[in-house]
Amino acid sequence: MIAVRGLEKSFVQPGGEVVPALCGVDLTLAAGEFLTVIGTNGSGKSTLLNALAGGFLPDSGSITIDDQDVTMSPEHRRAALIGRVFQDPYKGSCPSMTVAENLRMAELRGTRRGLRLGLNAETRARYRERLARLRMRVENRLDALMGTLSGGQRQAITLIMATLRRPSLLLLDEHTAALDPRAAERVLVVTQEVVQEHRLTTLMVTHSMEEALSLGERTIMMHRGSVVADLSGGARKATRVSDLLERFASLRHTVEYTIQHSTAPPV
Amino acid sequence: MGFWIAALTQGFAFVALAWGVYLSARVLRFADITPDGSFTFGAAVAAALLIQGAHPLVATTVAVAVGMLAGYITGLLHTRLGVSDLLSGILVMTALYSVNLHVMGRSNLSLLDTATLATPVHTLFPATASWPDDFTFGVIFLAIAVLLGGLLTWYLKTDFGMAMRSVGDNPAMITAQGVDRRRMIELGLALANGLVALSGALIAQYQGFADVAMGVGTLVAGMAAVILGETLRTRGRSLLVTIVMVAAGALVFRLLVALALRVGLNPIDLKLMTAIFVLGALALPRLRHRAVAGTSR
Repeated sequence: MIAVRGLEKSFVQPGGEVVPALCGVDLTLAAGEFLTVIGTNGSGKSTLLNALAGGFLPDSGSITIDDQDVTMSPEHRRAALIGRVFQDPYKGSCPSMTVAENLRMAELRGTRRGLRLGLNAETRARYRERLARLRMRVENRLDALMGTLSGGQRQAITLIMATLRRPSLLLLDEHTAALDPRAAERVLVVTQEVVQEHRLTTLMVTHSMEEALSLGERTIMMHRGSVVADLSGGARKATRVSDLLERFASLRHTVEYTIQHSTAPPV
Repeated sequence: MGFWIAALTQGFAFVALAWGVYLSARVLRFADITPDGSFTFGAAVAAALLIQGAHPLVATTVAVAVGMLAGYITGLLHTRLGVSDLLSGILVMTALYSVNLHVMGRSNLSLLDTATLATPVHTLFPATASWPDDFTFGVIFLAIAVLLGGLLTWYLKTDFGMAMRSVGDNPAMITAQGVDRRRMIELGLALANGLVALSGALIAQYQGFADVAMGVGTLVAGMAAVILGETLRTRGRSLLVTIVMVAAGALVFRLLVALALRVGLNPIDLKLMTAIFVLGALALPRLRHRAVAGTSR
């Protein structure tokens, strides 16, 4: 279970102006729950994800993951509990190391790394089998450098990396936004498979209303650092993309924003 | 013949230095100039201990340890106190100048009357006593390089070593994998400067003296070796190939230096030429890129 209580964070701009990014966010995720997060630009959705990951420490409030208070624990310390896929496909892996090496490093997430050759026949066979299930023809590229793979392949492998050791919380940060539509679709399918297979507690930030409503079982909408809508069950099923757009429009008078409602990257 | 053997022997002693610079500059991508101090530090400590009558193995090992300490301090300045990578190295390098003078008691120490690594080898294998010194040292340094190369390749392939490699490649990713980036930089720089200090200790024993100024230009010489090694690596990106090629770069560099001096290069110009070489290697890709961009227009 993930519990966020009264989370607040302000950033100081270079000019000295203080900009509130999170204004008392309360959020509880049941074990195995798949939550999607949407919001206007600057609504705090990515800031919330970063706060959970430990990219910065909050000004006040608390974060507990599986009964562990991680509010003040540095990013590398809480990594044991968190699997993460970044928006930028280049950010989640090491380009000049091989696919197998990347998988090995990820499998040891949050554990003590020893002076042993962990990448052996047994682990390689396991990785090959795992990659084969992606059906993206990457299982024979264990020794290829990560940097030589396409963005979609890399993002799918990053997803495997994030879940090779079961995380208490999976964080997906617009992880299909930088991909072409076909690759994005493939990665979304893989995402659903992985989350279902391991019953992972998942928080996915997305800019796509369709994705937000079609994936997972609960959607929250953020605006100006607060949660302004929390949809699940029947209410969520009855919600259409147009309803969400209307809700955004009703917030419009408060702030300038842009909404992209397609997974296709801007041309 | 003797000329080539001398150049090769120096080259074998330089291999550890090249690997040290490879570790900091390429693996960690940390601009570390500590080597200009830690090379002399290794030489000074080894020389001072040898004059005190220490066993050459002990003196050399302690030299490696103090080099590691110097690198570790550079790392701490950067990771814990927020000093930039370049300035951290400059501070430690500058401080080491005084430390080295204290260690030696004066600006140079002669090792002509003391034991060196060749001494236990002569005792163990009496046949080697009749070899020329250059040759004996060459064999010893080659053995050390082979042993170290094996260890280094193995280390970088371990779970821990892999994490260290990823620190230079993608710091954001490795933090998300639960690795403390700062710790890795500290340990990596310790390792790198341990290797550099080993080179210093070997060179001092081979040339028969340690000098407080002998470290000037160490980093640039190491960079030259690394760049030469990368040029020699035409295909194959495996770790072992890279490590062997960086070692080959150190050998080629020493051979080129020996050759240049033999055909009449004034030794005074050596560091100038080395700096120009490294500058050329760094600037060439950019100049070529610009030339290509220019013709396409």
